[in-house]
Amino acid sequence: MNRVGLERRETAVRTLESRAAHVRERANWMRRRLLRMIVDAGQGHPGGDLSSADIIAALYFDILRIESTSPAAPNRDRFVMSKGHCTGALYTALAGAGFFEEQELETYLKPESRLNGHPNRTYLPGVETNTGPLGHGLPVAVGIAVAGQIDRADYRVFVLTGDGELQEGSMWEAAMFAGHRGLGNLTVIIDRNRLQQGAGTEDTNSLEPLADKWRAFGWEVVGVDGHDPAALLETFDRAVEPRGKPLVIIADTIKGRGVSFMENQAGWHHGVPNAEQYAQALKELGAELEAEMN
Amino acid sequence: MAAATAPAGLFDCRDAYVRTVEELAANDSRIVAVVNDSVGSSKLGKFRERFPDRLINVGIAEQNMVGVGAGLANGGKIPFVSGAGCFLTARAMEQIKADCAYSQQNVKLCGISSGVAYGELGATHHSIEDVAWLRAIDKLTVIVPADPWETAEAIRAAAAHDGPVYIKISRMPVPALERPEGATFAIGKGEVLREGGDIAIVVNGTLVHRALAAAAALAAEGIAARVINMASVSPLDTDLIAAAARTGAIITAEEGLAQGGLGGAIAEYCAQHDPVRMRMLGFPGFLPTGSAAWLMERYGLSATGIAAAARELLATRTT
Repeated sequence: MNRVGLERRETAVRTLESRAAHVRERANWMRRRLLRMIVDAGQGHPGGDLSSADIIAALYFDILRIESTSPAAPNRDRFVMSKGHCTGALYTALAGAGFFEEQELETYLKPESRLNGHPNRTYLPGVETNTGPLGHGLPVAVGIAVAGQIDRADYRVFVLTGDGELQEGSMWEAAMFAGHRGLGNLTVIIDRNRLQQGAGTEDTNSLEPLADKWRAFGWEVVGVDGHDPAALLETFDRAVEPRGKPLVIIADTIKGRGVSFMENQAGWHHGVPNAEQYAQALKELGAELEAEMN
Repeated sequence: MAAATAPAGLFDCRDAYVRTVEELAANDSRIVAVVNDSVGSSKLGKFRERFPDRLINVGIAEQNMVGVGAGLANGGKIPFVSGAGCFLTARAMEQIKADCAYSQQNVKLCGISSGVAYGELGATHHSIEDVAWLRAIDKLTVIVPADPWETAEAIRAAAAHDGPVYIKISRMPVPALERPEGATFAIGKGEVLREGGDIAIVVNGTLVHRALAAAAALAAEGIAARVINMASVSPLDTDLIAAAARTGAIITAEEGLAQGGLGGAIAEYCAQHDPVRMRMLGFPGFLPTGSAAWLMERYGLSATGIAAAARELLATRTT
């Protein structure tokens, strides 16, 4: 059994505090590692990577029942990365969870790398479906959840979507159907950083009242601080309890979280820090890690 | 709406499609059907009665339908995703590309009542671009069966094939074709239904029986036309096409656009490997109001139209 599996087995006896500390450390590592990938590759989507890092760390390093050694196990939990452009966060998590060697992160976006700009399941174990164009992950996740419902399987399906992505009509087609089917095995996490590529979501095509929209579609809705590992873990622990309807977690996040000059700046949706900015980012993230350890 | 019944001696290929999917479902619990409110037009009412848990009706939402199909495949199912060909292909094109083909998910897409079956309902409801669009997508098998036997065989082959498949299923009545005993269907293989060395007529779907009638008429004039059924458009049976090119003349005909589909696929191959004179019969684009039968006649997708094109092509070769 790999590290993730062992950690999961120990979850029951670990305190929320120690679980959260572990997630926090892993998320900090992901942030530092993905920034290096972006600097080395000369491109990437740091804003969304950083806003989703804590959510993805909580899932991969605590919640998901997955084995890197059997990525196609029929009863595995599924994580669907609907916001497929945030590969920095996804690939660091997959490497950290043992799906491939950490060293391979150095090939990010290089010719013929398995680490394409958007995830590809035929290249890389642990990827459930190829995403990139927005609005694709949720319908596929709904299909997986329907299969689980038909088979009375006990795997759970998690989907991470951007908030801007909710402007895609296919997301609401899928949300409507998930509500209709009462898919209790399905959890959507919205990375609610309130920014899309060029501007604020509310200035572009407003999403609010967002919770009301999901409730109207037959979903249970909870809100959480998307950068508080303990709160995320508590919410996910509740998410996996039996229920008769799908659950959406609206995670309040900050685009670019963890790097002061990137935070809440739409311009860092994609972009590459220069040498000075990169040093500054590592310094800030290092200080955060140190503060956490003490 | 009462199910339409085909005239005596003719068959609606949807019947073979549902009969085969039901047969497969009875023996394999992984088989499920996904529809966009199209239970009736896909003739899946009986499937729903027999396998109520395995008929997933997403409502009128084609993007979600195809995405859900890909998800069901991820969950170990073999989904037959069925909807009117026009909506299934055009509305959900990116889901077909990204979720099914690029993701290599085991989804079977069934374009029902395709081609110009909806006749008078107009270009929004015609599915004549589908083969041109879908054969441009990598790693997606595209099959256009000609009659009930081939429809059933194509469905079985699709179920056995590990990967995404599009099957274009007509509702236009067609006869059951005569085949040699022991005939088999295979993805990537065409079949020679009539031998002939003067010209080759390469067709599929509803054009196959029309091409056979054209070949019979040409034979009476001393022209030996070979008729090749190329149900498998992608992958194409290039051996049969290379042999067809050696006759010196190829006619293609399909219930679809004249450009980009079966004829386009064969022209691409021949231009690069075996240059040969060709005529490609099909529809020019958005079509005027008219019944399916009228449209087929109007655009020469008939025995007489194919025979006339063959005579004309042979005439250009000899002058």
